[in-house]
Amino acid sequence: MNRFAAPIGAFVLLLVAFGIGLTRDPSALPSPFIGKPAPQFALPELHDQKEQVDNSSFSGSPVLVNFWATWCVGCRQEHAFLMRLAKDNVIPIYGINWRDDRAAAIEWLKQLGNPYVKNGFDGVNRTGIDWGVYGAPETFLVDGNGIVIYKHLGPLSDGAWQSEFVPRLLELASGQTP
Amino acid sequence: MRLSITVLVISLSLMSKSVQAIDPEQAFDDPQLQSRYETIIAEVRCLKCQNQTIKDSNAFLADDLRREIRRLLSEGNTDAEVYDFLVLRYGEFALYRPRKSGKTLILWLAPFIFFGVGGYVFSRVLRRRMALPVDELPVDDNANPTERS
Repeated sequence: MNRFAAPIGAFVLLLVAFGIGLTRDPSALPSPFIGKPAPQFALPELHDQKEQVDNSSFSGSPVLVNFWATWCVGCRQEHAFLMRLAKDNVIPIYGINWRDDRAAAIEWLKQLGNPYVKNGFDGVNRTGIDWGVYGAPETFLVDGNGIVIYKHLGPLSDGAWQSEFVPRLLELASGQTP
Repeated sequence: MRLSITVLVISLSLMSKSVQAIDPEQAFDDPQLQSRYETIIAEVRCLKCQNQTIKDSNAFLADDLRREIRRLLSEGNTDAEVYDFLVLRYGEFALYRPRKSGKTLILWLAPFIFFGVGGYVFSRVLRRRMALPVDELPVDDNANPTERS
């Protein structure tokens, strides 16, 4: 019996390791910017091309930076939740309209409502690449000092908000650095 | 029969079209720059369509990354600087061959560690059995070779 203990033990360990591996989403990549300053950017505003949206636009308190596009199904999915966040004044949301058509984006906001304080227009995916965005929607949580705290991949929802954002915002509010 | 040949010809011609669609144009006039460019794009993972390089993919993200790499090369950046640009933004995962440093070291060393552990266990088992007198060997090892078919 004893001679089988080691191989069986190793097998069980492998099973556990693979089991954990199966629960993870291989397409979800960690952002290399977590804990680092948000990448510098400067984009024309979506509605008013003469206005510029850049890092200094963020108000000194935590903000969400949401990369979205009208062609993106997940963005439509999360839009109602963003509207709720904006209506309840939970946190300022800045949009980066990503690889999109300006007129279509303006029309979308007119129809579905505009949860954003401001929107940068990144039609050619410059800022997107600088921020390491590889799909829409992606939502960054940036603190008052411009440090990236967290990145959420895919549509935001109440569940994701409660489990991923609320604890981090509480931590920020209590003045600790996570 | 004739119809199926027609269908085959049409579908083949469509296929060749879609193959050509990926980055059809020569990016650089300078052949040296062009070959550096082609080497790099074959080393970079398309993050949107994982398991494809940005050379093989026509996803728009791959397209954008190729554009950025062309820009960086034409601005005179070295290959290392281009890889740095990508790793800074997308992490080591963007490279098909992660660089041998820091966090990725375990990736490079793991095969040798496993090989070493395996070799050590194997040599210990072998040595223990070689020390045993023949009639004390485990039954399965003691089988008479002539009995095998």
